[in-house]
Amino acid sequence: MKSSRDLLSRSALAFSCLLLLGASGGAQEAVEVSIKDHRFQPAEVRAPADKPITLVVKNLDSTPEEFESKGLRVEKIIAGASTVALRIRPLAAGRYRFFGDYHEDTAQGYLVVE
Amino acid sequence: MIGALIIVFREVIEAGLVIGIVLAVTRGARGSKRWIAGGVLAGVAGAGLVAMFAEALSAAIAGKGQELFNAGVLALTVVMLVWHNIWMAGHGRALARELSDVGRAVVAGDRSFVALTVVVGLAVLREGSEVALFLYGILASGETAWNLLAGGLAGLGLGALVSVLTFLGLVTIPPRHLFTVTSALITLLAAGLAAQCVGFLQQAWIVTALTQTVWDTSAVLPDNSVPGRFLHTLIGYTDQPSVMQALVYAATLAFIVIATRLAAGCRPQARAPAE
Repeated sequence: MKSSRDLLSRSALAFSCLLLLGASGGAQEAVEVSIKDHRFQPAEVRAPADKPITLVVKNLDSTPEEFESKGLRVEKIIAGASTVALRIRPLAAGRYRFFGDYHEDTAQGYLVVE
Repeated sequence: MIGALIIVFREVIEAGLVIGIVLAVTRGARGSKRWIAGGVLAGVAGAGLVAMFAEALSAAIAGKGQELFNAGVLALTVVMLVWHNIWMAGHGRALARELSDVGRAVVAGDRSFVALTVVVGLAVLREGSEVALFLYGILASGETAWNLLAGGLAGLGLGALVSVLTFLGLVTIPPRHLFTVTSALITLLAAGLAAQCVGFLQQAWIVTALTQTVWDTSAVLPDNSVPGRFLHTLIGYTDQPSVMQALVYAATLAFIVIATRLAAGCRPQARAPAE
């Protein structure tokens, strides 16, 4: 992993070097949210700014859901009774909305980055 | 019911538009409807399989299976579309001039035809698997879900209507201009799909550079609204694109424009007789 990263930064242009460093620096912060009865629990989760985040989504319902967020740039189907871990790029402070595409009227939540 | 209708309709708009465009491009070609119907059926069957194995697919390749699958399907679609446009620029224009009918021109180019059949199949596969999962969720929930199911089926019907209207709209264009219009449509479609493909690679953390957001128009025109979806398919509109997506979009556009120019220019039979 490290050597491939080194190789990339050597061959990439100066500006993309900076971006890669930004994306790879720092430890992963894990944040967890569950889906139950087509609702997110908790409906608001918190994460630190400017650090890569692992967002663990547990679908406790028996039916599939599509976890979607434009701001987090995620679009992922989560089968019934299963868990996925999503890697999110380091984010600037702000409120990022996410929702379940199959039940958007109830499945709504926010990732608060601060 | 309306909720289910909108969810399903949103998913099938893309496939509906693609089928309509392909129907118009291949109009008049012998057996074209059978080919396209075959593409749709293969897509539906594939969508069923993908939906059935969604969980295994999601867990595959260290949890990146779904993203890689989507990116692969999109990449293959882009290659097929680009190839079709280059082929048509080289052969199609000359043939169209001789026959003064784009539809018949395609008869001579059945290989390009296969490419478009694959495009139809992949579009149905991609969107269809999400529809299948949604409908499965309704059925599995065991509630009084008949009105939801009816809504979902109505959404599918509306998607088919999009195909028909796209086709009918395009065929009102005189054959001389139809080639230009469909080439432009396919070019924009391909660029949008290429950007979408990179989006999945960024989600899978395979492409890590240039993740900043170029613009955010999600408050004005969210791309999961019905008009947003139309624009998303037709020109690749996204409400929060990353820098990388914008670059890939521009690069794909530039590549197709240059490649089709070259293909049209370096074949003597493609030049106008007056030259």
